[in-house]
Amino acid sequence: MTDDPDHKPASLLQQDARTKARNAAEKRFRWYGIIAIAISMIALVVLLATILTAGAGAFRQTYLNIPVTLDPAVLDPKGNRDPAEMAKVLTLSYGRVLDAAVEATVARHGIRIEGLSDKDIDGLISKEASAQVRDRVLAEPDLVGQTVEFDVLTGGRIDGYFKGRVTMDSAARDSNTSPAQLQLAQELANRGEIVTRFNWNFLRLADASDQRPEAAGVGAAIVGSFYMMLVVLFLAVPIGVAASIYLEEFAPKNRWTDIIEVNISNLAAVPSIVFGILGLAAFINFAGLPQSAPIVGGLVLTLMTLPRIIIPTRAALKAVPPSIRDAALGVGASRMQSVFHHVLPLATPGILTGMILGLAQALGETAPLLLIGMVAFIRDIPSGLPQGLFDPASALPVQVYNWTQRSDPAFIERASGAIIVLLVFLLCMNVLAIWLRRKFERRW
Amino acid sequence: MSTVKFTVSALAVIAASATAAAARDQVQVSGSSTVLPYSTIVAEAFGENMDFPVPVVESGGTGSGLQKFCEGVGENTIDIANASRPMRDAERETCTANGVTDIMEVRIGYDGIVFATAAAAPDFAFTPADWFNALSAKVVRDGQVVDNTAANWNEVNPGLPAQEILAFIPGTKHGTREVFEEKVILAGCEESGAMEAFVASGMDEDAAEEACTTLRTDGKAVDIDGDYTETLSRIESSPNGIGVFGLSFYENNTDKLKVGTIGGVTPSTETIASGEYPVSRPLFFYVKAAHFEVIPGLPEFVQFFVADEIAGPDGPLAEYGLVSDPELAATQEAVAAGTTMQ
Repeated sequence: MTDDPDHKPASLLQQDARTKARNAAEKRFRWYGIIAIAISMIALVVLLATILTAGAGAFRQTYLNIPVTLDPAVLDPKGNRDPAEMAKVLTLSYGRVLDAAVEATVARHGIRIEGLSDKDIDGLISKEASAQVRDRVLAEPDLVGQTVEFDVLTGGRIDGYFKGRVTMDSAARDSNTSPAQLQLAQELANRGEIVTRFNWNFLRLADASDQRPEAAGVGAAIVGSFYMMLVVLFLAVPIGVAASIYLEEFAPKNRWTDIIEVNISNLAAVPSIVFGILGLAAFINFAGLPQSAPIVGGLVLTLMTLPRIIIPTRAALKAVPPSIRDAALGVGASRMQSVFHHVLPLATPGILTGMILGLAQALGETAPLLLIGMVAFIRDIPSGLPQGLFDPASALPVQVYNWTQRSDPAFIERASGAIIVLLVFLLCMNVLAIWLRRKFERRW
Repeated sequence: MSTVKFTVSALAVIAASATAAAARDQVQVSGSSTVLPYSTIVAEAFGENMDFPVPVVESGGTGSGLQKFCEGVGENTIDIANASRPMRDAERETCTANGVTDIMEVRIGYDGIVFATAAAAPDFAFTPADWFNALSAKVVRDGQVVDNTAANWNEVNPGLPAQEILAFIPGTKHGTREVFEEKVILAGCEESGAMEAFVASGMDEDAAEEACTTLRTDGKAVDIDGDYTETLSRIESSPNGIGVFGLSFYENNTDKLKVGTIGGVTPSTETIASGEYPVSRPLFFYVKAAHFEVIPGLPEFVQFFVADEIAGPDGPLAEYGLVSDPELAATQEAVAAGTTMQ
C-alpha cells in the first residue's frame, strides 16, 4: 500500500513504536486517574478517622449513682411542701445537698486517698446534677425528707478520664482536677458506682454553658435544623418546581426569559452570607419576624436553595424527549395536560434528586445564619409546631461552630460528635437521593 | 395540580406567620466573646431557677454587639450588649440618634490577661518593659532610636530564657488588643524610658505614644483574629510561641499551658482583685431600660446577674475565672434603683 520501502507490514503480535507510545499514554492516564482517586480517598479517610476518633466519646457518658438525702431544712425551709415556696430555693442550695451526698458515698465505701480534698470529692459530679435534683423535687415535693437514688452526670474531667482524654499526668498540671480525684473516680468505678453508658442525652439535650460540657447535647440543634428543613421543603420545592415548569414549558423565549435565566445561574453562585444580610434586612428589620427563629432561618435558606433546585429541575424537564410532549399533544391533550400528565412524572426522579441535594446543602450552611441571630447560646429546646418556628433555635453546623470556640477541651469532643450527627443526616439524604434516582429513572 | 395547591398553601403559611409573629418572651443578649462564657453561665442558672425562658446569648465581639444594641428600641432589637470595654462616645451618639437613650451600664467584674507558653517551655518572668523591647517596631538602644532586631528573649532581658521571640497577640478587632497595648506595651514603653527618648528625639506626645504601640512586622508578633482556641493551637504547633489569653481560658487549660509572671506576680483571681497583677480590665454589659416593661424576665435577669450568689467571690462566675468586683454592692444598688447612664 505504501511507497516507503522501509515500511514493514504491521504484525498483530508485534506493536510498532507509535502504537506502543499511544498505549503507554493511555496507561499513564489511567494511573493518573487512580492516583487522583487515591488522594481524595486518603483525604476522606483521614477526615473521617479524625472526626470519628475525636467524636466517638460524645456518644458515651459517665454517670455516678448516689443516694441523696433531701434535707427538709435546706430544701423546704418553711416546711409546708408548697412547690411555689420551694421554688425559691436555688440550685446553689441543692449543690450543697449533693456535695454532702457525694461525701457520704465516699465515706460509706471507706475510700481513703492521700491528698484528697473536699473540693475534689464535690467536683466529681456535674453542676447539672443540682438542676436535675431540683426539677425532680419540685415535681414531687413529697420526696423531701427521704433518701432518693439519683443517676447524676460526673464532671467533665472525670468523664474525660474514663474516655482517655484526661490522664494522671495532665491532671497533675490541671487546676480543675487532681490525680487524687481521678484515683477516687477509679475506686468508685471499681465498686460499680460510676458507670459509662450510651449517651442518649447527647441527642436529646440542648447546649450547656462552659462550666458543664458533660451536659451539652445537640437536641435543640436537631430540632432547629429539622424546622428549617421543613420551611425550605414547603417553600423552596413548590416555588422552585413551579418556576422551572413555567420557564421550561410555557415561557416564550425572549430577552426577558434570558435575563431571568442568567440571574438564576448567578444567584446559585452568590456566597451564602449575602442571603443572611438579605434575610436580616427583609425578614427581621422589615417584616418584623423574631431573631434566632427557625422560620427566619428557613426563609433565608429557601432563598439560597431556590436557584439550586430550579437548575436541576429544568435539566430534568429538558431531558424528557420532545416526542412524549408531541404524542400527548397529538392525541389532543392541552399543553398543561401534557406537562402534568406526562412530562412531570417522567422528570420526577431528577427533580427529587435535585431537591434532596439542595436540602442537604442547606442543612450544612452556617454563614447565612450568623446574621439572623441563630449562632447563639440556645438552652431551651423549641416547642412543637407551629409555635416552635418562632422560638429561638440553633442548627447543627452552628452548634459545631459554637463548640469549637469554647475554652473547655471537652467541647472539642462534643463538636466532633455533632459533626458525626450532621454527617449521618447528610449521608441518609444522599443515599435517599441515589435510591430514588435508581428506582424511578427511565432511559430512552 | 398539587404543586399549585402546595404553593398557595405555603404562601398562606408565610402570610399567617408574618402576622402571628408573637411577642418575644426571652431576653436577647449579644456582644463580647470574652463576656460570652459568663453570660451563658448566668443565663443557664437563670433558666433553671426562674420561671422564665433561658436568655439567648450571641457572641461576635464588643463592637458588633454595641452596634446591634444601638440599632433602636423594640422587640426586634437586642436587650443587652456584653462589652469587654466601656462604650465609646461615638457609639453612645449612634444610640442616642436611634432613640436608645435610657442605657444602664453594669460592671460585672474584672478579667485578667495572662501570658502563657506551652507547658514544656521554660519559666518566664516578664516585666512590661520586656514586652515593649521584644515587640515594638522601634526601640531605644544606647540612647538611640533604632529598629528592633531582637531575635531571642535573652537579648531583651538577660534574665529571660534564650528562646526565640514569637508572640501570638490578639488581633486589632479584639477588645483585648487595646488593653494589651495600653497596659503592657505602653506601660513598658514608659517604664523602660523609651517614651522619654522618643519625645527627646523630637516627637510630640501623641507621636511618641504611637511609636510605642507600633509593633514590629517581621513575623515576631503574630496577630490572632480568631479566639483563644486558635492561639492555643498555634502554641501547640510552635512550642516556642507565647500567647495572650484571658485568665479564665488559661484556668481551663492549665494542663497544656504555663503562665508567665508580670513584675514577679503570678496572675490569679486574688492578685488581680488586689491590683498586684497589673494587666486586667473591667467587663460590662449594657441594658436598655426601655425594654424592662416589655420583655418578661429582663429586670429579673439583670438583678440575678449581679446577685452575690452569682457574681460574688464565691459564685460560679468567680469559679470560672471572673475577678469579682469589690464594689459589687454599689452595682447591685444601682441596678435595683434602675440608674441609667448620664
